[in-house]
Formats: sequence, C-alpha cells, structure tokens
Amino acid sequence: MIAIGLESSANKLGVGIIRHPDDGSTPQVLSNVRHTYVTPPGEGFLPKDTARHHRAWVVKLVKKALREARVLPRDIDCVCFTKGPGMGAPLQSAAITARMLSLLWGKELVGVNHCVGHIEMGRLITGATNPVVLYVSGGNTQVIAYSSQRYRIFGETLDIAVGNCLDRFARTLHISNDPAPGYNIEQLAKKGKRLVDLPYTVKGMDISMSGILAAIDGLAVQYGLDGEGKDDEEDDASSEKPTRADLCFSLQETIYSMLVEITERAMAHVGSKEVLIVGGVGCNERLQEMMGIMARDRGGTVHATDERFCIDNGIMIAQAGLLAYKAGVPTPLKESTCTQRFRTDDVFVKWRD
Amino acid sequence: MELITQGAEAHLYKTTYLTPSTPAALKIRPSKPYRHPILDRRLTRQRVLQEARCLVRLVREGVNVPAVLAVDWELRDNSSSGGEANGNGNGYAAGAGNGAWILMEWIDGVMLKEVFRAWEGYVKSRTGLSDAEREGEEGKVKCLLRRIGVAVGLLHKAGVVHGDLTTSNLILKSQAAQTNGVDGDGDGKGEVGTVSPHMEGEIVLIDFGLASQSIQDEDRAVDLYVLERAFGSTHPRTERFFGEVLEGYRGSYRGAGSVMKRLEDVRMRGRKRSMIG
Repeated sequence: MIAIGLESSANKLGVGIIRHPDDGSTPQVLSNVRHTYVTPPGEGFLPKDTARHHRAWVVKLVKKALREARVLPRDIDCVCFTKGPGMGAPLQSAAITARMLSLLWGKELVGVNHCVGHIEMGRLITGATNPVVLYVSGGNTQVIAYSSQRYRIFGETLDIAVGNCLDRFARTLHISNDPAPGYNIEQLAKKGKRLVDLPYTVKGMDISMSGILAAIDGLAVQYGLDGEGKDDEEDDASSEKPTRADLCFSLQETIYSMLVEITERAMAHVGSKEVLIVGGVGCNERLQEMMGIMARDRGGTVHATDERFCIDNGIMIAQAGLLAYKAGVPTPLKESTCTQRFRTDDVFVKWRD
Repeated sequence: MELITQGAEAHLYKTTYLTPSTPAALKIRPSKPYRHPILDRRLTRQRVLQEARCLVRLVREGVNVPAVLAVDWELRDNSSSGGEANGNGNGYAAGAGNGAWILMEWIDGVMLKEVFRAWEGYVKSRTGLSDAEREGEEGKVKCLLRRIGVAVGLLHKAGVVHGDLTTSNLILKSQAAQTNGVDGDGDGKGEVGTVSPHMEGEIVLIDFGLASQSIQDEDRAVDLYVLERAFGSTHPRTERFFGEVLEGYRGSYRGAGSVMKRLEDVRMRGRKRSMIG
C-alpha cells in the first residue's frame, strides 16, 4: 500500500510518499520533499504569510514527490494530511490540497495528529519498540509514553514550547532564521563557556519556559547584547560580562537539563530503558548528547533521527496516516477539517496493541 | 549495602544505622553528568536540603513520612559513599559537586504502584467474577484511594507540598504477611493476578526530593494534578475511581475546598486542550 502525506502545520511544507510492502516487510520511504518559509533575522513567521508560501509551493512539491517516488496517482491508496495541532492558516493549505487530491484522484482521506506522526516516524526509523518519547519542537514540548492504545502525556510545557523559547531568543539576538533559528543558536552556544544563572522551572512532571525566556531576554538587554551582533565582540576571559555565545550556551544548558530530567523521571516511572527524541529540537546535538549520558547511566539507549525526519516532514504524516488507514480509520470528506488544538492523547491508537 | 532502586534522581540503598539490626534507607543523589557542573551542584544541594527540611517538619507535625537520620550535601568524591575518602577533590575545586546523601528511617512495605498493578492484573484475569465480588473488589480499591486522599490532605495541612506525587512514592506499610498478590521486592516479576492484593495498613509518603514548604492553593492543586495524571498514565483501569482520592482529600482538612477549585483551573492549563464553548 502507498500513502502520500502533506504537512503544513508551521513554516515547513512537506510532502512524502511511503510504501508498506504487502508482505509486511519494512516500509520504504519513496520520497520526502520539503520547502521552508524563512523570514529575515529578528522576525518570526506570521500565519497568513506562511499560508501564502505553502499555497504557492504545494503543487510543485506534490509533483516533485510523485516524480521522485516514481509513482502515479493511481498507485496511491490514501491521501494523508495534518489535521492539527498547528497554526490555523498554514494547516488549512494542506487540508485543502488533500481534499482536492482526494476528489481528483478518487482516494480516501486520512487526517493525522501531527505529534502522533512524529512518534510513528521515529519508531519506524529507529526501530524503538516501546520508548518514552520526548517530543520537542517549535510548538510542542511533551514527554509521552504509550499505554492502552493512547500516547499518554506524562509531562509537558505549561506555557511556551522549547523551540519557541529558542526561536524567540534568536529573534532578540537577531540571529539568522536560515536554516533554522535553533540551529544557529546551537552553533553559537558551542563557543559559550560561562553559565549564567537562569531560573530552573520543573513543576512536577511539567516544565515552564516563559520565565526563563523573560530572564535571558532581560540579561541580553542588560548587557547590551540584543539587536544585531557586533564584530568587535571578542571573548574576553577577564571580563565578567557574558557574551552572546555565553547566553545561548546557558539557555541551552538550562532548558535541556530540564527536558532530560523530566524524561528520566518518566523512564523511571514506567520502567522503560529506551528514549526516542522527535521534533525539530530533537536535531540538537547537545540535547542528544545529554540524553545519551542520562540513558547510559540508566543502562538504556537513546534513539534520535536526523533532520530529514526530526524536522516537520510529509513522510511522517504518510506513515501515521497509512497505519490508521490500514487499521480501518479513514477520515470522511465531511470530517476532513483541521484544528489548531489537537492533543496527542486524544488519538485512539488502533494500530498498536 | 543493598541497592533497592535507581530512581530518576537518586539511588536508594538499604543499610543499617547505629545497630546492625536497625535498617535504614540511604538515598544518594549522585551528580548528574549530563548537567553543567555549576547547575548540577546548585540543584543537588538545594534539593537535598529542601528534602531534609520538609521531612523534619512533617515528622514534627505527625505526618506519616520516614524520619531523617543524617544529611550531607557536599560529597567530595564518589567513593565517600563507601566511607573512604581518597579523592583529591578535583571536581570539587572546579565547582562540581559529587552528589549528596540523606539517611532516613527504613519503611517496610510495598509501593502502591505494585498494589494497583497487582489489583488490575487480578481483576483482568478474573473475568468470571460475580457482580458482588466485583463490587467488593472495587470497594476495597476505593477505600484505599480515599486513604491516599487523606494522606495527601494531612501532608498539605502540615504546610508541605510533595512535588512529585505518583504511586511509586506512596508506600503501603506492611504488617508482616502482607506480600500476597504483590511482588514485594518491587522488581515487577512476581506473580500477578492469582490473588487479590492486600490493601490494609498505613500509607507512608516517601521521596520528598521535589518537595517544598508551601500553603498556597496553587502548589497544592498542582500536587493533586500530578497524582491524577500519574494515575491516568500508569493505572488506566483504576483511573475512573480517582474521584475517591479527591473525596478523601476534601474531608481531610479545612481549606481543601479551595484547593479543589484551583485544581479545575490547573487541569485546563496543559497546552492544546480542545476548547469547546
């Protein structure tokens, strides 16, 4: 069976085609293409501009995906799209495209929960069977464990997502959004040495990041480090004043410690030895390293994927959609809406035991 | 010393104190190598001291918690847990801690997590239970849940919030022959589902590693919320009776009512809840 997946919940537009061989062997990724809406430094992406970008690119990407996969529309069994969560206007562009393709090609629709898409793709790529999942991206921060046909949320952010915290700090420092603000923060953080004191806010299994963002933004302003970076800024070891790199370093160290801590707590609680990191922030090497040290100390392992599958993509929507389709839960045209709010634990996971 | 469990934050050992026949619980918080040393030292110190202060206060107030026997928050090298100090203190000089420890009274009993697991396994395996038997079983579990609520209420009344209430942090104190149906050593490999587990006995709260002293409705409500969610994710078959915990809590001290109101706000707080109306 072959499925095409369309993803557009944030500033990435992705189209992917996956095949589940009929003999039950490992699914094959036939194509996975993506185009990202990049804004100038210091700016975030607005829903209406992002949606305009997606509308302009979606037909090109679908054609490219079909071409790379060497399949024809008639070979496809179902059209999968992101139902939510995400930004309203961008979400609609994939939903409308999916409906159009479904009517045009006469194929069934499957609406997919974006978070479940990440989890299923991570499981497929890494082969992790029943891991504790840390899902970290620009819009989501959740620690998830599977139990009785639901992906249950153990801990999550109480306010902003970890990626959002990083992105907004990148905006304060006018760091480039190309390829991603988080990536550029990571590179800058590698040069940081001094740890500045930031709030450490773990609340039970949950975490909160808005106060940390306010604190680090305040420090940036206090030391005159906000706005565009100055070239004369050299690391002066004798000076007490932190550099932009130090701030990025401290921000990463603090929030990733919080993430690893709640993940470890979830592992201890459910008795799992596997961690799977998914979502855009999951590409961060420092986070993967910290998680690796924690898991090693517990005698466990970390599974992470690279940017093709970590960052929002169409193939994960195709994968989760095809699992649902095979389990017999397609989405009727009438219900093929999208929604900004759609919790991971609302999805009935019919395809797992 | 026998390693009992490796939690997320600490290793728990069973040892003895003063006399070789007096068991004691030694909780070592090793330094977390994934954390930046400065951050690690700050958090470890803060938490072990907080834990000790909360426990001391609770013992004084007569709440069922283990008593504190000794504390140290500046271990200089990893081997000092074994009693020998041969390190040169390098890590210490660099500002890194090597962890901390707290020695507590030993509580004999089983984790409520195991009790509920055993119970869920028992009910699941006995499809042929009559209605009366089923009701009896449910009554038993409801009574236990209500006692959990009371225990949490008394904790809050004493001015402490736990910070990490899960069923692994609640112990059902044993009266010797209490291991039927439950795997007492906690390795989860015991036989489950043959007998209905024992549910009598005192409930003792343990692991105050994330506890703090607070009398605010907000903190108390978050405590209850954490417990509620832990139930949902670990004991899906018992989750529907969670109301009993809240019932027990409500009646346990003055001021519980306003915490319950706050709990409703806290529940709405997770991200991306579907909003209807």
